[in-house]
Amino acid sequence: MSELDTIGFGLVIIAAAVGGAAFLTWFERRLLGVWQDRYGPNRLGPFGVLQVLADMIKLLTKHDWVPPFADRAVFIFAPTAIVVAMLLGFAVVPFGPELYILDLNIGLLFFLGMTSLAVYSVLLGGLASNNKYALLGGLRSAAQMVSYEVFMGLSLMGVVMLTGSFSLRAIVEAQRDLWFCIPQFLGLFTFLIAGIAESHRLPFDLPEAEHELTAGFHTEYGGMKFAMFMLGEYLGLLLISCMIATLFFGGWLGPWLPPVVWFGLKVFILICFFILLRAAIPRPRYDQLMALGWKVMLPLTLLNLLLTGAIALLMEGA
Amino acid sequence: MPVITIDGVSYEVESGRNLLETCLSLGLDLPYFCWHPAMGSIGACRQCALVQYQNAEDTRGRIVMACMTPVSDGALFSLAGDKARHFREAIVESLMLNHPHDCPVCAEGGECHLQDMTVMVGHRDRHYRGRKNTHRNQYLGPLINHEMNRCITCYRCTRYYRDYAGGTDLAAMAAHDHIYFGRHQEGVLQSEFAGNLVEVCPTGVFTDKTLVHDYTRKWDLQSAPSVCTGCGVGCNTMPGERYGRLKRVHNRFNAEVNGYFLCDRGRFGAAFVNSGSALEYPGLREADGRYRALDHHEALHRMAATCASGKCAAIGSPRASVEANFLLRELVAPENFAPGFSDAEQGLVSLALTLQLASRAGIPSIRSIESADAVLVLGEDVTNTAPRIALALRQSVRNKAYELAAGLRLEPWQDAAIRNLAQDQRSPMFIATVADTPLDDVAAKRFSLAPDDIAALGRAVAATISGKPLPSGVLPEHLHSEARMIAETLAGAQRPLVIAGTGCGSSAILQAAADVANALCDNARKAMICLCVPEANSLGQAMLCGTQAPDLAALQRRAEAGELDTLIVLENDLYRRGGQAQIDGLLAAFREVIVMDGLDNRTTSAATLALPAANFAESEGTLVSLEGRAQRYFPVFQPREERRPSWVWLLACMKEMELPECHSMHHFDDITRICAARIPALAGITAAAPDLHYLNLGVKIPRQPPRYSGRTAMRANISVHEPKQREDEETPLAFTMEGLNRSQPGALLPWVWAPGWNSNQSLHKFQTRAGGPLKGGTAGARLLPTGGGGNGNAATSQAQPARAESTAGTTTGQRWQLVPRPRIFGSDELSALSPALAELIVPGFIELCTADAASLGVKDGDGVDVGDGLATLEVRVNDSMVAGCAGYSAGFSGTGELAALAQVTLRRADAWQRAPELIGSDRGIGSGGGHV
Amino acid sequence: MLNSLTSQLRTIWTILQHSFTKAETVQYPEEKPYLAPRYRGRIVLTKDPDGEERCVACNLCAVACPVDCIALQQGVKDDGRWYPEFFRINFSRCIMCGMCEEACPTNAIQLTPDFEMCEYDRSNMVYEKEHLQIEGTGKYHDYNFYRVSGLAIEGKDKGEAQNEAPPIDVKSLLP
Repeated sequence: MSELDTIGFGLVIIAAAVGGAAFLTWFERRLLGVWQDRYGPNRLGPFGVLQVLADMIKLLTKHDWVPPFADRAVFIFAPTAIVVAMLLGFAVVPFGPELYILDLNIGLLFFLGMTSLAVYSVLLGGLASNNKYALLGGLRSAAQMVSYEVFMGLSLMGVVMLTGSFSLRAIVEAQRDLWFCIPQFLGLFTFLIAGIAESHRLPFDLPEAEHELTAGFHTEYGGMKFAMFMLGEYLGLLLISCMIATLFFGGWLGPWLPPVVWFGLKVFILICFFILLRAAIPRPRYDQLMALGWKVMLPLTLLNLLLTGAIALLMEGA
Repeated sequence: MPVITIDGVSYEVESGRNLLETCLSLGLDLPYFCWHPAMGSIGACRQCALVQYQNAEDTRGRIVMACMTPVSDGALFSLAGDKARHFREAIVESLMLNHPHDCPVCAEGGECHLQDMTVMVGHRDRHYRGRKNTHRNQYLGPLINHEMNRCITCYRCTRYYRDYAGGTDLAAMAAHDHIYFGRHQEGVLQSEFAGNLVEVCPTGVFTDKTLVHDYTRKWDLQSAPSVCTGCGVGCNTMPGERYGRLKRVHNRFNAEVNGYFLCDRGRFGAAFVNSGSALEYPGLREADGRYRALDHHEALHRMAATCASGKCAAIGSPRASVEANFLLRELVAPENFAPGFSDAEQGLVSLALTLQLASRAGIPSIRSIESADAVLVLGEDVTNTAPRIALALRQSVRNKAYELAAGLRLEPWQDAAIRNLAQDQRSPMFIATVADTPLDDVAAKRFSLAPDDIAALGRAVAATISGKPLPSGVLPEHLHSEARMIAETLAGAQRPLVIAGTGCGSSAILQAAADVANALCDNARKAMICLCVPEANSLGQAMLCGTQAPDLAALQRRAEAGELDTLIVLENDLYRRGGQAQIDGLLAAFREVIVMDGLDNRTTSAATLALPAANFAESEGTLVSLEGRAQRYFPVFQPREERRPSWVWLLACMKEMELPECHSMHHFDDITRICAARIPALAGITAAAPDLHYLNLGVKIPRQPPRYSGRTAMRANISVHEPKQREDEETPLAFTMEGLNRSQPGALLPWVWAPGWNSNQSLHKFQTRAGGPLKGGTAGARLLPTGGGGNGNAATSQAQPARAESTAGTTTGQRWQLVPRPRIFGSDELSALSPALAELIVPGFIELCTADAASLGVKDGDGVDVGDGLATLEVRVNDSMVAGCAGYSAGFSGTGELAALAQVTLRRADAWQRAPELIGSDRGIGSGGGHV
Repeated sequence: MLNSLTSQLRTIWTILQHSFTKAETVQYPEEKPYLAPRYRGRIVLTKDPDGEERCVACNLCAVACPVDCIALQQGVKDDGRWYPEFFRINFSRCIMCGMCEEACPTNAIQLTPDFEMCEYDRSNMVYEKEHLQIEGTGKYHDYNFYRVSGLAIEGKDKGEAQNEAPPIDVKSLLP
């Protein structure tokens, strides 16, 4: 691909990701409605899909307000950071055998780096708001992300071991015979949980827990800046789904249908699964969250790493 | 101190009390009906049952009535045990057998002792299937509503009305379950203290009729501690307000002053607050004589400009607060400030103060009056001038009974036993007045004498006590033995009391009373002297102004001489202080007349600038009662429109004028403090109540009870946006229900309520013991020496005036001496404006004895012309009236020109229309009005 | 540990099953829900079976109201009945808790199955007596307080209320 094509494709991906995230806001509400025996937004347009538009109009036309007590520059910067970091993450995702922006040989590390950057957004947003709820939310998110970051990376090392590469295309190609969700079941499980925690979605949305912190780090945010946070969150959901599909479910691989469709299908199912988690599982306590991370997930990851290493050695020996 | 055990807990208790009082004092909730702390026990209702055990082995015990059981060391009781509990529940059930189903339409509901007690014992279902007894109600006058169906036959009403207050026209009638408490026929209750039935009755048989037609439940009343302005006694009251109207006045307990009871003037006489003639805006008289309404800025500006440009004089008021009078006096300088009495009264009040300051006898509180064991009343009809004292005197004559009881070791609360024991034996009380008084029935002897003879009798008693010879020719011969008898009785008493007052207008009588008291003190007795003054702050005004203050005539002279040209009148209808011509002349002598008053009266109508002054229920102030007790009253609600307390007008005016005196005055308390510092006689007024910085455990004291309702709807018709509650910046009370009403000083008690005790019986929760003083201390600060601090010097009668040249009917010139005959309703300025009392006010009258009436050729109901056109009044033939004296209804309309002790001619009025006889239908019986 | 994991999984499974259940939502403005007669909606003042005002202005509703949104003033009619001179409910404060109805000793104040009380101006939510008073008896058809109460009013003398004996003749000597 020429550079021009890459840029063009990049723009298409950005548009698709942002559009998909916006669509997700409606889709999630409808799906939650289904599982909670109600309708969700169903009034605007066919199946209420124009609700997205209405929300956008509302958010865009809202008074763009910065509280007088906030740190103005940081306050404005914070929501943009998360969107930028999440969008950059899409750069390494292989949507098809030839459909990607970059095929970095350290693609996986790049993805991990980008998701880690998102923590700054939440932390700075909480700090700049100069509000006790926002500060607590920021603190929580920092602790939560740092804790879950540790085994998020480690949980993927099994995949890397089996593939022998950090390149995401190589990882997908390595799953031609067997999707990694089978041999790397533990890795999938831990990465799934770490992924939810990283995108601080329910049940791990403690940084913005409504009933204790009003709205956590984005208490003081409104209008477009609030929309950016939301956009970041849904981009994160999309990105994590893409990554899980890529790393554990064979990416674009699949019979009969075109590769992109396979990829899209897998991502869609994963998104539905994430929404199901939100509909089903209540939010844990903060200390339970930390305990789960350090006392359960980390040992599990290490166990997975050990087993994978041992098996890989054995197989190599055989 | 005995130790008793109740439900296994031992308590050290006060001896000499009954078990009921003791339980209540200990904070134990024991239901009762017939017992009343002021009236003792009779054991009629059987409600306060406990089980008493002989000893620790006794498991059965026996039921005793707590109110009839003295506490004795080692006694064992069970209060919460099943036996006592079931008994009490059964008693309430039986008392409730005939109780009608009408709590929602009963004016007692929500503050009903019967409701409280029923809930307390847990009674719920009426098991008896029979029909309920019903009774017909009676019309008992415009003040008291009667609903006999609600009666539980506790006998409190007749015990109070007959035994305590000496009334005769309310009784228990018929037998068994036909028993009926009422009059033998419908009619107005005659006692001056009938209003207390409202508070005494534990249920809704007797309710406040003035409240019933504009009813508000107790929980909705905003109340503040206040002081009655009806007379000089200074009874403590709790006026209650709702929707900007004063709804009712209830008694505020003060152990030293009014105790549990008020007179009807105090209870029902405050309705002038709601009067339609209340001023709401300042008015400036235009050239055409009409008034133009101003806002308060403009009014202040004008007032300040007028005061600054003119040579100001001022007339204060004995019904306004010490603070307002003080500010006005500072504004115009003391030499230009008249206290606002009539010229004659000024001398009398100031003499009364001088005599009391100089007297060696103690100045009694009302409570101490009850302890007197021999009383001499000289000239004053206290029932009509200072009514609460009369009620105290009725208790004082019972000291004989208590003495007899002590001999038999009967406890003083054994009411029925003591009354049976004493029968008609009473402590001696002698009354010397111009005619009959309502206290005659308990007096050992009453003398009808002309004022000079009363004074002479007093002097003769004093002389006899001191062992001096009687001056001859001063006292009629037939009184010599009487004087000796009185002297011996007083001298033989432990706590003799002499009462006189300004009511009959004679300084000689005041002097004579002081002589008697001093003579008793010389005899090493603890004598007491009580001198009645007419108005709520008369004594305070005398203390503020001293003896050298100019009177109205002096101000007029100086104004006519051109020394003064601006007059400020403070809350004073001058036309009640002198004849029409005199006051017209006084007001005409000034170029500008600024009047501050709450109501439209003749003086306000003569003003060039009228300022609406808040009344006692809308403002704060200090009043000095006749016993020299400085007491603070607090605003119950906020004055509407442009009404302001007088002190606010005056202080704002002084600030506008930039007078240096007011630099350090910002709050009401500052005025009180500076007044106390400047006027030595009033140095104690700061102690009357805590200042605005007082906090009750860190919070203010709420004016609204905890269940005050309707806050978000009361003014929703004006605006749905609820304004912030106004903060009270002048007093420790709050205009909200936030705060703590517990254990604060007695001067700050706005209402009584305790959980489970919604009625006024909850008072015992605020007392150190049931019936004892308030936990936070008794309200008020005494400014006069209570133990007799003077040396008696001023009290010796100097010139013994020769007996007025035989004024009796024997004179050929046919002149009568006018003597005031005040009436409890109508003689003071403000209570007459209360619609309910107005119904009871009789037309102005003149009282003559039969012989005098015959010599004039008039009968009862005819008219006479007094003087030469001074007044035309209806004749009342009263045989107790001393011959040669004509008693006139002082303070009534149409008597403004009459002066006490003046010699006047009387002539039959030919063009006189006799008043029509009142018939039953005039009272609206049968129209439903009597059945509410 | 394993238990809690299965519990979480079971939860997810249960929720997933809800994909196939029908939504409970009632599409409100198009589709009106059934409201039982005892539904707690707009408050009314009713009249007794004889067509007289039931409210006797006893103030119990006002004091029971937890948001203090009821204010009234008692008056007495010529026939001796107590009635509210004014009766005001500030519905912008009302929380429809029904405590007033529970407190009412005469069944005068009742909540009705009507909740559609939207206004653009909050002051229109303040209802005076003429807005509250209805002509009928509401939910309770037969109760007439004055037939039970001992208070005499025009047309019902002492002793004529429920379970009452005729007035006692005080002058009678009979037992």
